[in-house]
Amino acid sequence: MNVLRHTWFMTVRQARNLMREPIWIVLLLVQPMVWLVLYGQLFHNVTRLGGFGTGSYITFLAPAIVVMNAFFGATWSGMSMINDLDHKVIERFLATPASRFSLVLSQIVRSALTAAIQAVVILLVSLALGVRIHAGVLGWLVIILAGVLVNSSFAGISQAIALLTRREATMIAVANFIGLPLLFLSTTMIARPQMPGWMQTAALFNPVDWGVRAAREVALSGTSWSVVTSHLLLLFALSALTAAWATRTFRAYQRSL
Amino acid sequence: MEAIVVHELRKRYGSVQALDGISFTVAEGEVFGLLGPNGAGKSTTVRVLVTLTHADEGSAAVAGHDVRRDQNAVRRAIGYVPQDTGVDQFGTGRENLMLQGRVQGMGGRDLRSRVDELLELVGIADAADRVVKTYSGGMRRRLDVALGLVHRPRVLFLDEPTTGLDPEARVGMWAEVSRLAHAESLTILLTTHYLEEADQLADRLAIVSQGKIVVEGTPRGLKAGLRGDAVQVELTDGKIDEAKQVLAAAGASTDTLLGERTLVARVPDGGSALPGILAALDAAGIGVATVAVSRPSLDDVYLHFTGRDFTSEDRGG
Repeated sequence: MNVLRHTWFMTVRQARNLMREPIWIVLLLVQPMVWLVLYGQLFHNVTRLGGFGTGSYITFLAPAIVVMNAFFGATWSGMSMINDLDHKVIERFLATPASRFSLVLSQIVRSALTAAIQAVVILLVSLALGVRIHAGVLGWLVIILAGVLVNSSFAGISQAIALLTRREATMIAVANFIGLPLLFLSTTMIARPQMPGWMQTAALFNPVDWGVRAAREVALSGTSWSVVTSHLLLLFALSALTAAWATRTFRAYQRSL
Repeated sequence: MEAIVVHELRKRYGSVQALDGISFTVAEGEVFGLLGPNGAGKSTTVRVLVTLTHADEGSAAVAGHDVRRDQNAVRRAIGYVPQDTGVDQFGTGRENLMLQGRVQGMGGRDLRSRVDELLELVGIADAADRVVKTYSGGMRRRLDVALGLVHRPRVLFLDEPTTGLDPEARVGMWAEVSRLAHAESLTILLTTHYLEEADQLADRLAIVSQGKIVVEGTPRGLKAGLRGDAVQVELTDGKIDEAKQVLAAAGASTDTLLGERTLVARVPDGGSALPGILAALDAAGIGVATVAVSRPSLDDVYLHFTGRDFTSEDRGG
């Protein structure tokens, strides 16, 4: 399978480049830590409003922060594609038998891998802050998977936008445009019953919220595994869909050469 | 056998006719140069041949494979050294080469030893494990060439191999290309907008202008075809027409003009004709600012066949 082999080669290339400047993985973690530690402290009394399923706001927040961080990371994933396009790295591979699909897929895999590493770090910090994941090790895996799938869903979109616009400025604008609205139209920071009705409805269609619901379901007691699997499946389908879209835009890019 | 066969390629980009019916063939083992100013259609031709883009009309085959129908066979048979490097700057030279080999289907000991061999061959072995960002322009270009050679291609495409290099690195690169062509028994198609580069490297060359091939031949043949030396006369005043008549009477053909005050005349032997020409101009009362005699160069070939001065054309394009 050339696609899989080439995706592996291309992902190794990107992962290695990332490891050369590990500072980025750390810097990208500053923001979720701020949310987790400061926001968690600031609003620790908010659970008194009810509907949170736990008395500990930070336990409520931690799994959602993993998903939020994976989402934010994904909105930037197209930057690396733009860099490769600008430096003609992609063009050089196009004059070889390299699998075309692998050139796109490896970008999404690299993005999702980063999200997985960051998920582990956030969960470890949460553990130190006293957060206990109710479903245990399996719960950790579900939370990481939720982050990975939310990331790959949006990384596909980010890649498509990168290939359509090929401009960093546009990428930044799009990332800022969709970032906070999708965060606030989800149950990341607040329990569903405390949201206005229209926002509750909007959240149902928000893929970020699908990830948050799956992750939180295993973090708190009374886990419903059907809620977990249904939301993970939705995200899986969405990832496939956006990856397909990114591939289509890649073909359009090729035609434009 | 022909390594490259190009037949009537046409391609438009919007309102620009980038290729306007280009045809040529390159024999196996030959170094063939496409010479012309920027925007003449050289790079577009190469991009069609390496399967990066399609022509609107016409056909082309590389190493016996049709570039449209049999893309992956072409991609396996060729090495492509693009105009803009295309190296992953955050990877090391060795990593770049290994990855290039892997996507070409190589692996294991064969690939590792090939990479070592190439690093040695292009002279960047010492920098092999440094990140490419730290390379000089000349080193990057050498790595580019090595990348094009990893899988032992039969045909190598060099798109403007020395653009952006300083003169010393350029001469070094020429020596490199000649050596590689021989050592790897390659067919090379190179594009350049340096006349001397085509003169130095190409066994045969075609001059491309505005999407068409203007003339094709060996550098020596093309220069010989001009039959004679160039005498360039710059006049102090604008008496071009009078000067033309005087020169014609002295037996020199003046088919080309450079600017408002400079004539280029062709004579069989510049050295012996010069005194006569100067005397005739003097007798006619035409003032001469400078005179230069030169053996035919590709510059002259270009000027002769396109009616345009190469340097100014290149600057404009």
